[in-house]
Amino acid sequence: MRRQLQTMRKSLFDQGYLDEQFVQLEELQDDANPNFVEEVVTLYYRDSGRIILNIEQALERKPFDFNKLDAYMHQFKGSSSSIGAKKVKAESTLFREYCRSRNGEGCMRTFQQLKKEYATLRRKLEAYFQLARQAGPVETACRPK
Amino acid sequence: MAVNGAVTWLRRAEEIDGYDLSASDSEEVHVLAVDDSLVDRKVIERLLKITSCKVTAVDSGRRALQFLGLDEEKEANGFDGLKVDLIITDYCMPGMTGYELLKKVKESSAFREIPVVIMSSENVIARIDRCLEEGAEDFIVKPVKLSDVKRIIDYMTTDFREGEERRRGINKRKLRD
Repeated sequence: MRRQLQTMRKSLFDQGYLDEQFVQLEELQDDANPNFVEEVVTLYYRDSGRIILNIEQALERKPFDFNKLDAYMHQFKGSSSSIGAKKVKAESTLFREYCRSRNGEGCMRTFQQLKKEYATLRRKLEAYFQLARQAGPVETACRPK
Repeated sequence: MAVNGAVTWLRRAEEIDGYDLSASDSEEVHVLAVDDSLVDRKVIERLLKITSCKVTAVDSGRRALQFLGLDEEKEANGFDGLKVDLIITDYCMPGMTGYELLKKVKESSAFREIPVVIMSSENVIARIDRCLEEGAEDFIVKPVKLSDVKRIIDYMTTDFREGEERRRGINKRKLRD
């Protein structure tokens, strides 16, 4: 089961879903805080879900308020970056570029893609954490401090 | 990047003979962390705890000033027993930015000695310079890593030790007189 866990973890990085920041979070786990990463990710999905909703509503109002959209995405990108959500972060960056160039079509297209990546990552991480819990306390990427 | 050695640091137990050279790790460094992002607050809190700091995390510059007792509209909330040794704040926040918070702290006679560190996702030289000019101790590009926090706590405690040794040197001379 641990081998399966390691394989799953490796593919998340190899396929570009996660970046180094995720490893940073893993290093903050210890015996007293064994589920820190899962807690942060759970918090992320709860908190950023709200921002996604705000963006969705803002995209229903025409003409687009690009400044507001950019501000929302800045927030969303920040949190995504903090958990190491690489693909989601990339889509956020693209969205912000479209906001700055006042490209409504680009914003909408990118937002759809972002939501897909966001949902995919959530599924994958949920599966990962579930397996991690089943496998028991395990050394993931804990480097000696 | 330390500005000066005159940093009011930890409250010390009264020194009986002035030759007290014991380490001051009976008192933890108390950090006031300011960030409007829930996720980032959780992360910075953990980073600081791992570095053995006591942490108070607030979600706005306004609340930070209230905690310090600097907010004009609200009275000090009675937390004057908990001295703040370091402020670490996000730059981009709704309402009061981290830069504005920095200015308010540095303008206050009571709190200007508290080192302020700015965090920002945007690595903009002009922004960094502006903050340093206004008296920020350091600038961290987000996402924040453990090494960033360790570095800051390390060189600040070193600064303090050196400052304390100088101070003790002065005390020794006074005792001899």
